[in-house]
Amino acid sequence: MLDFSEEPERFRAGITAWIEAHCAAELRNPASGEAEICWGGKRWTFSSDAQRDWMQAAAAEGMTAPRWPVEYGGAGLTRAQDKIYREELARLNAPTPLESFGLWMLGPALLAFGTHAQKLHYLPQITRGEIRWCQGYSEPGAGSDLASVQTRAEDKGDHWVVTGSKIWTSYADRADWIFALVRTDRDAPKHKGISFMLIDMEAAGVTTRPIRLISGASPFCETFFDGVIVPKVDENGNSRIVGELNRGWDVAKHLLTHEREMIGGGARGLLGGRSLGAFLESQEPGIMADPILRAEAMTLEIDSLATAMTLERYGDMAKQGGVGDASAMLKYAGTELNKRRYELLMSITGSDGVAWDGPQGALAPDWLRTKANSIEGGTSEVMLDILSKRVLQLPTQ
Amino acid sequence: MTQSLIPTPDEVMLRDAARGFLADASPVSALRANRAAGRPYDPGLWRDMAQMGWAGVLVPEEAGGSDMGHRAAGILAEEMGEVLAASPYLSTAVIAATALRAAAHARLSDIAGGDVTYALAVDEGTKHAPEATALRAEASGNGFRLTGQKRFVADGASATRLLVLARTSGNPGDAQGLTLFDLGAERDGLTRTARATIDSRDHAHLDLHDVAATGADVVGEVDDAMTILRPALNAGQAALAGEMLGLSAGAFGMTAAYLKERKQFGRTIGSFQALQHRAAHLWSEIEITASAIANAGRVLDETPSEAALAVSVAKARATATAKLAVSEGVQMHGGIGMTDDFDMGFFMKRARVGAEWLGDYGYHAARVAAARGF
Repeated sequence: MLDFSEEPERFRAGITAWIEAHCAAELRNPASGEAEICWGGKRWTFSSDAQRDWMQAAAAEGMTAPRWPVEYGGAGLTRAQDKIYREELARLNAPTPLESFGLWMLGPALLAFGTHAQKLHYLPQITRGEIRWCQGYSEPGAGSDLASVQTRAEDKGDHWVVTGSKIWTSYADRADWIFALVRTDRDAPKHKGISFMLIDMEAAGVTTRPIRLISGASPFCETFFDGVIVPKVDENGNSRIVGELNRGWDVAKHLLTHEREMIGGGARGLLGGRSLGAFLESQEPGIMADPILRAEAMTLEIDSLATAMTLERYGDMAKQGGVGDASAMLKYAGTELNKRRYELLMSITGSDGVAWDGPQGALAPDWLRTKANSIEGGTSEVMLDILSKRVLQLPTQ
Repeated sequence: MTQSLIPTPDEVMLRDAARGFLADASPVSALRANRAAGRPYDPGLWRDMAQMGWAGVLVPEEAGGSDMGHRAAGILAEEMGEVLAASPYLSTAVIAATALRAAAHARLSDIAGGDVTYALAVDEGTKHAPEATALRAEASGNGFRLTGQKRFVADGASATRLLVLARTSGNPGDAQGLTLFDLGAERDGLTRTARATIDSRDHAHLDLHDVAATGADVVGEVDDAMTILRPALNAGQAALAGEMLGLSAGAFGMTAAYLKERKQFGRTIGSFQALQHRAAHLWSEIEITASAIANAGRVLDETPSEAALAVSVAKARATATAKLAVSEGVQMHGGIGMTDDFDMGFFMKRARVGAEWLGDYGYHAARVAAARGF
């Protein structure tokens, strides 16, 4: 058992011993990438017995969702304790035991907007890795203008009938359930008639189709709802709506802010990870004698380091009461920076970089994939709109 | 790193106090008045700053200083930058104080008391390059004779004392063989020529012809000036970056206010998305630069021997951000932004001088590249 005593260094010693006891050495590999992530869910196939044992050991202690309350399957850690846990995971090269949209998005939404009964039912399924969720927000006709969603849920007395389609639903083809924005009042103004609904992907009428991107295969799918019946109150006595009926936009907005901080934070790995200097050592000698490449590399390093400090500063500000709409800046700056970084890496690698299977490994697909960074989770232009209207409070007319 | 990048309650108080004082004592109109009077700064303002402990911000308490550290020094510089307050603060309270402190020099208490002002004379070409120093200090009897020229000496015509970097051995380009002298500004053979610079501040040429100096005038060790000068330059570069961040915020504040009041085509111009996005981008750049400046102060306070990277990131970012802030400031104000009656031009001119002083973007970018291994 873990010792959650308050004293930080005792806690650290305990957490280190616990990680070493339950996360097998074969998992603790600094090179393990996205392929090694444990997503969980009904249809999940563990990559190894060690991966299964690590997830289950963590779930038993609530450590798949360390900050969530114990009664909902979490470990109830303080922010400081969670920080120590993350530090020790990183130091020991241990993967997180479980990652999922349930942990990142639905859980925080339920914790903020769900009923006690909804939390008791859905959250432990997430922390135990039993149910894998996907997110149904965007639609072919509702991208940046997300509030114009047209997927509708018709009120049929004791159930809803859902019809429409969602796009960019990551891993929908592998998910068990979807949390989706659906229109429950077609007469209300567009922000007022949306509800945040939980739908079983096994229900009749739900189908998915994977989307191929310019970078190749992707986790993205289209998801279609063709007269899908969703009970208003399910067999456990829970409403399938999170928050109030027709107030789903509040839930979505809350989550989008959360998501933005995460995507902006995605630059963190790059910033703290492989330095440009180390990358250059694997390149042709003398490549940086090119004055343009050199200037771009220096400017990128300066901006990367300053952005890393900004992520740190905003992280600390968030702990002291949140940064609110200013988080749009992190998303804007972090994603634009990442695109610049990959443009530079492609230039440095020259003709090697344009091969799908060149000596650079997956650089070309990664470069192409970065082009989505400033689109997904709100485009750069939407971020600038948020900053100018809500942070700078520039006039609307 | 132990300190957070967000300000402590003490730092918030210091900033508020500085802002309140400078808003009254040194609004941008004071710079306009200095220009009209042909003086680089208002000596009364500097006396008040010294009384508040700003001259001794980096001087130990036993020498009469307030010893608030580099983060605090940066916050003061930021606030001065926001209203373009002119004073010998950077030259004296930051650069000279750090140099003299590194050498445990007795004159530190004079700095804290506001009794002396200093100027740092390092550069001889059009770009910052301390190692390129050719000004010779020849051994002569028990002392030295200094001959050569320095240019772009900030506060050089008004300072009561000068820190002069001279070559005692080796050749221009060598980091070794340099010696730092602390000379009274009125010493025989020393000619100071004030240059009229665009920022209406004091920048001077120095001509030294057979100027006599003794061993007592040497700060630190002979042939080893860089040990003293490196921390002083880092401190000055970080505080100058702070000033330029404040300058950027000041220019941005004027621009954002104008976007909310100026009407054209029957609309407030701040409602045009083209301008909104440029303003939001500029605000983002200022926020990111603010993080780099806070980090530079933190590193200087905690691990000063490793400060070069953090300081150069801060100075490079501040240079680029200030350039953007003043360019957008003039453009978004339109014609009025070009007029001398309007203040934006003062911000633009100081930003250009700040871009060059103590190393331009390229100088600091090269230091970043070296620190990052390419």
